[in-house]
Amino acid sequence: MITNASPIVTRRLGYEDSHTLSRYLETGGYAGLRKALTMTPDEVAGEVDKASLLGRGGAGFPAGRKWSFRRHAETTYLVVNGDESEPATFKDHLLVERDPHQVIEGTIIAAYAVGAAQAFIFCRGEFALGLERLQQACNEAYAHGALGHRIFGSEFSLDLVIHPGAGAYICGEETALLESLEGKRGFPRIKPPYFPAAVGLYGEPTIVNNIETVSNLGWIVEHGGEAFAALGQGTSTGTRLFALSGRVERPGWYELEMSKTTFRDLIYDPSLGGGIKGGGALKAIIPGGVSAPWFGPDELDMGLDQDEVGKAGSMLGSGSIVVMDDRTCVVRAAWRITRFFHRESCGQCTPCREGSSWLEQVMRRIEGGYGRESDLELLLDACDNIAPGLSWPPAQTTICVLGPSIPSSIASAIKMFRDEFLVHVKDGGCPFGAGG
Amino acid sequence: MARLNADSVAEAEATIALYPQKRSALIPLCHLAQAQDGYLTEDAMAHIAELVGVTPAEVRGTASFYDMLHLEPVGRYVIAICTNIACMLAGAYDLLEHAEASLGSGVGQTTGDGLFTIEEAECLAGCDNAPCVQVNHRYFGPLDAAGFDRLTADLASGALDGTVPHHGVLSRVTRSVGLEKDGEAAAR
Repeated sequence: MITNASPIVTRRLGYEDSHTLSRYLETGGYAGLRKALTMTPDEVAGEVDKASLLGRGGAGFPAGRKWSFRRHAETTYLVVNGDESEPATFKDHLLVERDPHQVIEGTIIAAYAVGAAQAFIFCRGEFALGLERLQQACNEAYAHGALGHRIFGSEFSLDLVIHPGAGAYICGEETALLESLEGKRGFPRIKPPYFPAAVGLYGEPTIVNNIETVSNLGWIVEHGGEAFAALGQGTSTGTRLFALSGRVERPGWYELEMSKTTFRDLIYDPSLGGGIKGGGALKAIIPGGVSAPWFGPDELDMGLDQDEVGKAGSMLGSGSIVVMDDRTCVVRAAWRITRFFHRESCGQCTPCREGSSWLEQVMRRIEGGYGRESDLELLLDACDNIAPGLSWPPAQTTICVLGPSIPSSIASAIKMFRDEFLVHVKDGGCPFGAGG
Repeated sequence: MARLNADSVAEAEATIALYPQKRSALIPLCHLAQAQDGYLTEDAMAHIAELVGVTPAEVRGTASFYDMLHLEPVGRYVIAICTNIACMLAGAYDLLEHAEASLGSGVGQTTGDGLFTIEEAECLAGCDNAPCVQVNHRYFGPLDAAGFDRLTADLASGALDGTVPHHGVLSRVTRSVGLEKDGEAAAR
């Protein structure tokens, strides 16, 4: 069902100049921050608790609970994670480019709630325009009195630094991001401690929130947590920005009420995905970033709901949905995803570093027509060495979740399309030709 | 090649002042050096090491981890063609093949005139415009073969000079204020 819920984080994007301070102020910008500053930090955090806002970065952890790990600390940093690199995910890219003030307002509100005096927005380096827009907005926010000494005349002061990344998927992992922000290689840190709220940037308590998560905060404070929680259902409250790509007529971003809209609606509704490109049949979808196990045509009537998708053995993850049709070679698709993980493995842990290399090479030889039937068991065995049992959520043999994410696409493709692998082996090539 | 010039040093010092610990400025300073020279020279890495208080090996060791930081010279325009899943489903490998053929240069190579370096990129978060391409991290797409040829012709003729700066220039907007929370640097 497509509801008529008004968009939240994309509500200004109809304007060409949505990134400017003048448009932001004209459309109610910084009202949420002004209101927040009349409340106590606990009251602000209380509204976010009431909203039941789930983190929008991929793990879906409740934002309010994350904050509760570190309120009123002596030194606390707030770091906003804008290193969006999960393949097929492009929502944070949109938000930093098109509504940077909304990101900054949310950052200030979050910093106020957790008692941080310095905040960083870690923006993916490849977002050159996004970095320019964020820096421009940051400069404007200082001049407007929304940042710096005694914000809007209150007792609260905050400095914000826009920090550029330099191209590494792994820096989306929050402890790798903090290492990178410290000027080091993006190596994820050994857990425990599990949360940077305990040991974060420079060893100090640090809260890390995603760009889309903080983009909701201005609205939540202004309208109240209950108004946000009234949207969606169960634990999936509010709206969410979904990124749709692959073989659909209308790839793009769609902000939808959580849980109510189904995968089928998103893919087929004329106002959303508009159906399969060229009118073909749907073969499989990736429901939440390439780390997620795949779904088939039978699972399309599931709601875009974090719990529901989780119970079905996958994840809503980063909110990006990739559609594959009957002209798509799933071997090639799974190979390309595996190649990505191989390239982006940081190299610290053997199962991930070596496993991704093996898997990529075996997948490549099957797609190239040089595979053997025994390769299927070899693939599954190597996958099992990275994430024993191939269950969901995956068991972990590595420092971070990159490794255990690698088997998802291969295990899904073999489980759902074993015959297609065998055709590659028997025919000595890809039945879809080079373009599959 | 060059250490950081006077302008770059001034910007580097302003950047270092934004962070509680100097080393946090290491990556922003690498971008700054690339903006100056197009890539990270040995001299620039040594200079960055002096500025943030680490060894040149630590700068190199950090920089070599990141895809955007180039330790070897690249063309004026680095054309990153995404071939990850969403772009692949929209024909990215055909586009990459075309790019190599039309520029007469393979992935990782620079054309003889020093203008173009082709890279095969991982997802650039431009999947609604697949297949997408970045030139010096500015987006173009969706692109077919003819669109690619127009793009490279426009780059070569200088028609896109205002949109696409030379390789290494990331944000053309600089920070206008220092840290202000303690009320010290209220230089508005």
